[in-house]
Amino acid sequence: MVTFTVEDHDGNRQEIEAPDDMGFNLMEILKASEYPVLATCGGMALCGTCHIEVLEGKDGLGDATDPELDQLENLPEYFPTSRLSCQIRISDLLEGAVVKLRGEDVV
Amino acid sequence: MNTNTIHTDLCIIGAGPVGLFAVFEAGLLKMRCHLIDALPQVGGQLSEIYPQKPIYDIPGYPEVNAQDLVDNLMEQAKPFQPTFTLGERVDHLDKQADGSFIVTTSDKTRVHAQVIIIAGGLGCFEPRKPVLTNLEQYEGKGINYMVKNPETFRDKNVVIAGGGDSALDWTIFLAKVAKRVTLVHRNETFRGTPDSAAKVFDMANRGKIDLILSANLKEVNGNGKLEKVILEDKSKQDMTIDADYLIPLFGLSPKLGPIADWGLSIDKNAIEVDTRDYSTGVERIYAIGDINTYPGKLKLILCGFHEAAIMMHSAFKYVYPDQKLSFKYTTVNGVNAF
Repeated sequence: MVTFTVEDHDGNRQEIEAPDDMGFNLMEILKASEYPVLATCGGMALCGTCHIEVLEGKDGLGDATDPELDQLENLPEYFPTSRLSCQIRISDLLEGAVVKLRGEDVV
Repeated sequence: MNTNTIHTDLCIIGAGPVGLFAVFEAGLLKMRCHLIDALPQVGGQLSEIYPQKPIYDIPGYPEVNAQDLVDNLMEQAKPFQPTFTLGERVDHLDKQADGSFIVTTSDKTRVHAQVIIIAGGLGCFEPRKPVLTNLEQYEGKGINYMVKNPETFRDKNVVIAGGGDSALDWTIFLAKVAKRVTLVHRNETFRGTPDSAAKVFDMANRGKIDLILSANLKEVNGNGKLEKVILEDKSKQDMTIDADYLIPLFGLSPKLGPIADWGLSIDKNAIEVDTRDYSTGVERIYAIGDINTYPGKLKLILCGFHEAAIMMHSAFKYVYPDQKLSFKYTTVNGVNAF
C-alpha cells in the first residue's frame, strides 16, 4: 500500500491509501475515492479531464510524457508540475506525494 | 405547428455508437429516427477523441479501429434512412398534449417525435473556456469559441489563443481573411502538426501574422463589445492588443448541459433508468449508453447496444399504439429497408 495526499478543488486535503500491486493508475483511485474526475477517455491520455498538479513529490513522479503534454498544452491553464493522473501508475513513487485536482469539475 | 419542424417517430439525442445502433434496432421495428448531436460529425467520443484507437471488446471484432466502427454502424443504419442535425445542442424539450415531444436545438431546429432517446454519452462536447473574470460578458460580443463562418472575421482584428492543431489551422486560414491575426500561445513551441507549426512561424517571420509566445490571456475589456485583450508574459508584464474578436481554442470537454433541467432523476451526471426497458422517470423518454446509470452499470459500448435493443421494444407501443409487437430474428426476417 502507498499513502499520498489529495487536495480537492476547494483546497481540502485528504490522505488516500491505495494498493500498489494491482496495476491501478491514479485517475482510477481518485474516481474510486469519489473525487469528481471526469476521465472522459477512460485513461488513454486523450482528453485531459483527469489533470492534476503535483504539489509535493514531483521528483519521484518524473515529468509529464509526450502524450500528456499534447493534452496539457490544449488546456486553458496548466502548471510546471501538471500531469494527467491516468498516466501515473500507483507505485511506491507516490508515497508521501501531494496532488491537487485541476481537471474540470464534473458538476 | 411550425412548417420547418422535422417530424419523426424517435428523436435520438447523441449520434455516438449507441445512438447509431439504436437507429438499426428501431428500423427493425419500422420506427424512423432523427439524430441530433452537438458535434459537427457523427461518432461521438470515438470520432472526436480517439478515431484511430483500436477497440477490443466489440463482439465479433477481435480488434476494430474506433472510426471504422462508427463507419460500419452508419452502414448498418443506412437501410433505415436516419436523418441528422449535427453541430447543434438540444436546448428545450416541450411535451405536447398528445404525449409526444418537440425538441428545440441551440440553432432553433425543431424536431417532433413520439419518443425521446437520450444517448448522449457523457453529455455534449462544449469548448473549454479560459478562466477570465469578465469572460461571459463578452461571449457572443467578440468572444467566439469556434469559427462557424470565417466571413464574420473579414477585415477584423482577431486574437486566437491556444497551441493545438485547431489554433494553428485557424491562424493560417484567418490570416487571409482578417485584417490582423494575433496568435497567443503559452509556450515557445507548438505540439500541433509540425507542418502547421512551421507555417505559422514562417508567416510570423514574414509579418503576415503576430505571434506572441510564452504569454497567457489575462483580461478582456471593451465597451459593450470586445475591444482589448490583455496578455501577461512570463515576466508578468502586461501587453494590450486591440481586438474585435478573441477565439480561445482550448479543446472540448463534455457537459451534461440542458438535459439536467428536464426533470429526470440524475445521479453523478448520469440519468437513472429502469433496467426493464431503460426508461427514465418521464414517460416516453429513454436513456441508453454511457449517459444512463443503474445498479451494475458498465460504461461499455456493447452494453449500450444491448440497452438499445431492449429499449426499442418498449418504445414501440408509443409509435404504434394499435399494433401488437412480435419479436423476429433478422436471420428469419432479413433487414427490410425503408
